[in-house]
Amino acid sequence: MADKISILIVDDEESVRDSLYNWFIEDGYHVDCAENAKKALSIVESKNFDIILADIKMPGMDGLEMHRRIKSINKDSIVIVMTAFASVDTAVQALKDGAYDYITKPFDPDDLSHLIRNAAKQISLTTENEALKEKVISLENIEDIIGQSEAMINVLKEVQSVAQTNSSVIITGESGTGKELIARAIHSNSSRKFFPMVTVHCGALSEDLLESELFGHEKGAFTGAMFNRKGRFEMADGGTIFLDEIGTISPKMQIELLRVLESKSFVRVGGNKEIKSDFRVICATNRDLKQMVEEGNFREDLFYRLNVVNIRIPPIRERTEDIPLLVDYFIKKYCTSMSRDVIPIDPAALNRLKEHEFPGNVREIENMIERAIVVGNGKAIRLKDFPMGKNIIDSSVESLDELEKKHIIQILNKYTWNISRSAKALKVDRVTLYNKIKRYGLKPIKE
Amino acid sequence: MKKQSILLISFGHFENDFLAKIADHIASEFLLPVQFEENPLEVNEFYDPTRRQYDGNKILKKLNSLSLQGDTKTLGLFEVDLFIPVLTYIFGQAIFKGNTGIASLYRLKNEQYGMKPDEKLLFDRFEKVIIHELGHTFGLVHCYSPVCVMRSSTYVEDIDQKNKKLCMKCRTEIERLEL
Ligand SMILES: [Zn+2]
Ligand SMILES: [Zn+2]
Repeated sequence: MADKISILIVDDEESVRDSLYNWFIEDGYHVDCAENAKKALSIVESKNFDIILADIKMPGMDGLEMHRRIKSINKDSIVIVMTAFASVDTAVQALKDGAYDYITKPFDPDDLSHLIRNAAKQISLTTENEALKEKVISLENIEDIIGQSEAMINVLKEVQSVAQTNSSVIITGESGTGKELIARAIHSNSSRKFFPMVTVHCGALSEDLLESELFGHEKGAFTGAMFNRKGRFEMADGGTIFLDEIGTISPKMQIELLRVLESKSFVRVGGNKEIKSDFRVICATNRDLKQMVEEGNFREDLFYRLNVVNIRIPPIRERTEDIPLLVDYFIKKYCTSMSRDVIPIDPAALNRLKEHEFPGNVREIENMIERAIVVGNGKAIRLKDFPMGKNIIDSSVESLDELEKKHIIQILNKYTWNISRSAKALKVDRVTLYNKIKRYGLKPIKE
Repeated sequence: MKKQSILLISFGHFENDFLAKIADHIASEFLLPVQFEENPLEVNEFYDPTRRQYDGNKILKKLNSLSLQGDTKTLGLFEVDLFIPVLTYIFGQAIFKGNTGIASLYRLKNEQYGMKPDEKLLFDRFEKVIIHELGHTFGLVHCYSPVCVMRSSTYVEDIDQKNKKLCMKCRTEIERLEL
């Protein structure tokens, strides 16, 4: 989106132009600057801008007059006026004249980015509607979701269709199936993707922490609060809030949650302003919520509010055909992150994996592969690199130190004891590597 | 990839092992040698008494004029509250596709928000800001992946939501840009 949107900054102060220019360039927008209204008008005559951010008080022609003239050249431009505290009245006049919004200098970084993203969203909605017919159905940002089994394809189809809506979603699945990845896929394929996805691990939040965590607080709300703190619901404004382990929340928290979901508003701790937030809710759980409702441990009204769409992620034992893909993916991932060559897996080892139950699901496969790469010989992954490949005699538990030592020897040998290259491959500095060599008493083996 | 390196300059009272740890992580994220050194600049001249903050634009400009030319990315590490004229505060900023950036941990401290101090969290946040600003010097723009370190974060809680790492897309992009 951002790469198609152009912004013109009009301000007589160079430091303001420079700062905003830098800020928007980093956001991926096309940016131009003008130091006065006259210059701005001549730029606008030769080029269309989606958003024009103009100071209201400038020598020569003021922002208000400029705004009127810009609108007569390009009525589709979104004009946002910048003002100092003293000139809020003028800003209000600009709004009456059709400016999109105004913002008071100096701005809170969050207000600025919110304002621009909202404006950009409006622009992209118009162009999206125009381009609807050409829309290619493909999911973006799902690099970590691996699977070609029918069960997984169906999940992805559901992700795609639900992403286009605003409905609440509950994602169910055993632990380790990748519920957060699915939530992220929904978010990043929705029109909310330019706004945050905020994750709350409900299981980790105590009731006391809850208020400030979810609703935020005002500067000075209690001793030591020097700055405002935004709560999770506010952070998710425009985006998605992902409530993981929703089944663990207390009855009191269930009521609070229901209230926020219904009103989409709340007050920061120590504040008195009602804050509205436009968020979408995605929840995840490995529990049977329906049963919890029947047993009286989860509020029925909350359940129905959350459970508009239910996506169930199948466990690995229901999609064993995906195991080779997952194995390949994690080998590539970990070899790359450990700066090693990507190695193959022995057929015997792969066959054994295909028979394994994987009660810990995708996460278990991932951990197993990572470990196998660390302990292995660096040429191929063998059956004996997996815990289940070890026979009973070889059951002595290797300590982490032994693993580390083995791994360091392997890397040192690979780089013929070149310390700099080995340190780089191990991602430690040279001093650390020297210390470890000393500690383990390692020496190059002369062949 | 061009032969490059990263230089971290400390303008605060950071412990040496704190800096060493940061340097180590930055090196593994960008696969480049990372050096750190003490500040050559007096920060007081950048203090703005009306805002009671330090001018991030002026610091960045000055640091850039002192920066090594060529292939070293210089990042200044601060402990003071930074602002730029249009914004109430910044965590850091960088010259896009340039050689210089700055980052401060002032607003990253839990204590500023009335929360319990958390050294580990502070360290993580600072590292994310540093990697993020360095990413800009390499020419990366903000990323929409919810967990990518290049995602834009305007509140400290936003920083906590992302990883310390570049996502696959940004990593590929940085390699393309550096070719
Ligand atoms: Zn940025
Ligand atoms: Zn990214």
